[in-house]
Amino acid sequence: MMDEDRTDEAEGGSGIVKKFMYVNRKAPYGTVYALEVLEMVLISAAFDQDVHLVFTDDGVFELKKGMETAGIGMKNFSNTYRALEGYDIEKLYVDQESLDERGLAEADLIVPVTVLSRAEMAKLMGEMDVILSA
Amino acid sequence: MSLLHTVAKSPFERDALSSCLDLSLPGAAILLYEDGVYGALKGGRFAERLAEAAKTRALYVLGPDLKARGLGEDRLIAGVTVVDYRGFVELAAKHQAVQAWC
Repeated sequence: MMDEDRTDEAEGGSGIVKKFMYVNRKAPYGTVYALEVLEMVLISAAFDQDVHLVFTDDGVFELKKGMETAGIGMKNFSNTYRALEGYDIEKLYVDQESLDERGLAEADLIVPVTVLSRAEMAKLMGEMDVILSA
Repeated sequence: MSLLHTVAKSPFERDALSSCLDLSLPGAAILLYEDGVYGALKGGRFAERLAEAAKTRALYVLGPDLKARGLGEDRLIAGVTVVDYRGFVELAAKHQAVQAWC
């Protein structure tokens, strides 16, 4: 790992692809966390890494279809999740338990996702090189 | 006269709604707004507790916050009234005091 990092530095960051995971655990609009993670993800797209996006706990609310934010005077950023495909960010994961306890179903979501069990999500998380969470 | 209780945080993340339900009296009004609106989701973890509270307390949800989060009134448990900002002000004005659970 250390050697790899040194090579990475010597080559100016080229060549090494790490598994990145961004963990979304907050609802949109009530706090700025959801939007901030999304911006971080968009920046990361420039670095050609193996990006995984996880939506768990209240993070699943970020993907709810049909947001209309004019009434609260905030920008609706949910359409940006649909643009991620254009940045080759296509690994999106949601866990079934988080959907269930919120009365949501996969059909409520604005983008195609892989629905995992909480146990499968734990396993996936365990395979990552870098994890960033909010 | 009775109190208006307001809850603005997600019940899945904070215990604001739970404390509100414990510490509000029958006859009180409870308004859910911002991330607090998630508490009223039909089929959600808090649906049953809130439905029970609705028997003795007046429950309200702020419409613009619901709409922003992609939730229609059809996604809420029965017995919840959707109000707009004007309705929020009217509720605050007609109650003896406001207790904000934030």
